[in-house]
Amino acid sequence: MDFGPYLFLATLEGLVQAAVLCLTALGLSLVFGVMRVVNVAHGEFYMLGAVLAWWITGWFAGNPAIGFFAAIIIGPLLVGLIAYLCERFILRRVEYDPEATIVATIGILYILQQTTLLTFGPDARPVDTPFYFRVEFPWFGYSGYKLLVIGAAVLLLLLAWFVITRTRLGLIMRATQFDRETAQNFGISVDKVYATVFAVGAGFAAVAAVLIVPIQQAHYLMGGDPLLLSFIVVIIGGLGSIRGTLVAALLIGLSDGIISVFFSPTLAKMVSTMLVALVLVFRPQGLFGVRSRI
Amino acid sequence: MSNKSQKPDTNHSRRKVIKTLGAAAGIGAVSNFSPILFPRAYAASEPIKIGAQFHRTGIGASYGRWYERTAMAALKIINDEGGINGRPVEIIVEDDGTDPKRGAEVVEKFATQHKVDVAYGTLFSHVVIGSSPRAGELKLPYIVVSEGHHVASGKLNRYVFQPGITDVKSQVISMAPWISDNLGKKVTMIYPDFAFGHDHRDYFSAAIAAQGGEVLEKIAIPPTETSFTKYFPRIPRDTEVLYHVMVGPGVLTFVKEMGQHFGSKRPEIFGFIDSLEAVDLSTPQLEFLEGTHFWEGNPRYAQTNQSAHDKLFRAAVGVDDNGASLNDPKDISTYAHMFGCWETLFIIKQAMEACGYSGAADRPAFVEAMEALRNFDEGRNHPQGSKVFNPQIHQSFGHQYISKVEGGRLNVKHKTSIEDGMYEAEGDYTKMPL
Repeated sequence: MDFGPYLFLATLEGLVQAAVLCLTALGLSLVFGVMRVVNVAHGEFYMLGAVLAWWITGWFAGNPAIGFFAAIIIGPLLVGLIAYLCERFILRRVEYDPEATIVATIGILYILQQTTLLTFGPDARPVDTPFYFRVEFPWFGYSGYKLLVIGAAVLLLLLAWFVITRTRLGLIMRATQFDRETAQNFGISVDKVYATVFAVGAGFAAVAAVLIVPIQQAHYLMGGDPLLLSFIVVIIGGLGSIRGTLVAALLIGLSDGIISVFFSPTLAKMVSTMLVALVLVFRPQGLFGVRSRI
Repeated sequence: MSNKSQKPDTNHSRRKVIKTLGAAAGIGAVSNFSPILFPRAYAASEPIKIGAQFHRTGIGASYGRWYERTAMAALKIINDEGGINGRPVEIIVEDDGTDPKRGAEVVEKFATQHKVDVAYGTLFSHVVIGSSPRAGELKLPYIVVSEGHHVASGKLNRYVFQPGITDVKSQVISMAPWISDNLGKKVTMIYPDFAFGHDHRDYFSAAIAAQGGEVLEKIAIPPTETSFTKYFPRIPRDTEVLYHVMVGPGVLTFVKEMGQHFGSKRPEIFGFIDSLEAVDLSTPQLEFLEGTHFWEGNPRYAQTNQSAHDKLFRAAVGVDDNGASLNDPKDISTYAHMFGCWETLFIIKQAMEACGYSGAADRPAFVEAMEALRNFDEGRNHPQGSKVFNPQIHQSFGHQYISKVEGGRLNVKHKTSIEDGMYEAEGDYTKMPL
């Protein structure tokens, strides 16, 4: 294929990657920004979103669009509920101690993953796209649904931005992130905020997975890669900075997609990891750092 | 403060403890040595234990579950007909997670913990390579149902066999002439980047060159890959035939994205059914496969000339005429491979009966009995077709099928002869010491 169309295809693939990565990393970034804890089970909430999408779409025969829209609404809500229960009964018990939370979330990771293996099974199962049309470019065909994933991710990110910056809920979350004790003095129930943020963070990962699952398939091990990439994005963007997370997700997603097409996926992963190393050495607070607020 | 009693504790006196330990040791000794003390009575009821190493989880999971079902179906027939040498047969299944390291551990477990007579069932080539050396070290007969060329290459050890399924080198040699004559001579290959895929890459390149063709581009994809669009731009524009064989959980995504990329402007496509094993051909977006051809090890859809043996096989394992599970039409079988598990179990029985196998001490005799096998006739025990076994390379040769996708099902267009897939032996296991 000639260079121009090749680059175009690579960019499209990169944008799809970036779209899903933005949503997943946003969830992780919110949790870290507000709660100051590392959620190693984040990838498993992503995987649960995909698995639940398969389950929910299975309830609806007929037009796959109905099942898909049901999945994208019910799925993240269910995952949020599971996350809320984890927060309530596990994380609150260890009082959000940093080391204890890492260990606890690793435990949650294994429990969720292996329970899925026991119930859903070891196979990868497909989910139908809500609609199918093929966009015919002069040089290659492309799935119309993938283009829609990019659009849907942008919409969801705008929604998230709106909630965080323009609503009372967002104000409360930002206040808790800024100064937890002062927020408590002002009557904000920090416990409730933490529970909500943890559930919302997991919900974002689940939404990303529901969007991606018609393109890939639901598999009980699919949470590993997104977890790694989300961490890379959050570290490069700066822990606690939403803007940094989004910029980094775009950067990593696009570079991953483009390098994968032109060279090899392994090289793309090497580049991402090297970027993290460079950031940690030269700018440890990340591109946008902790002090930046949206 | 404890109140120490001066009275002797008769419940736990030293004498009692020693008596109990002595009794326990006695029972242990008797049970360990009872096969020697009571040989006839014990051995007759003691089952023959076959260790089955299946991929219950990991990238081979879809094959693993069908291998297990097929093995159990064949086992039932063997036991209903009296077992082996008058003894019932027991299959002990262990999951190797489609992982070579775990495979070696499973072989160890079979030999030392379960103390099986022989082990069998491994499919994915990298697991075969990782597990076979341990089987050789432990002198445990290890009969694999893989397709890799590794057993036949002569580079493993004398305890490893592959009598129930053909290998990739044989398959591609028999495919190359048909592809060259019917589809084209300029081929681009897409294959998984591990042992099995490398066999396709190496042997098909040689085979098509021998037909006057050439491979324009070799695209290797990791078997764990989830997104395939990024590989398709590497397909050269003057490709006449796109040759694909893919494994792993992402195969459906692979085939779908191939369709999205090409649409109707596609080159000729020749695939190995591995790219669609356990995948429903009627899945949306697979319509572009209409009119393309596939290699099949065993035709998934019942053909018009279906043999009585194929009918019996399907009924016993529990698949319908479309190759799907009788219990769930969405559960598609790995029909092109699982027959190997059935046939291999009957071959193990044949060899054990030929040497009068009675226990682990007879394992060398079992190996020699396997090496004495020559021809397997098509029949109830070999429903896929007749085979010729080469004792030097511990590998069987058989028929291959070329099918075309027509109206959403696969119809066999060509059946190769056994000679079409023959090649010179590259080694000789029979000359190795036991």
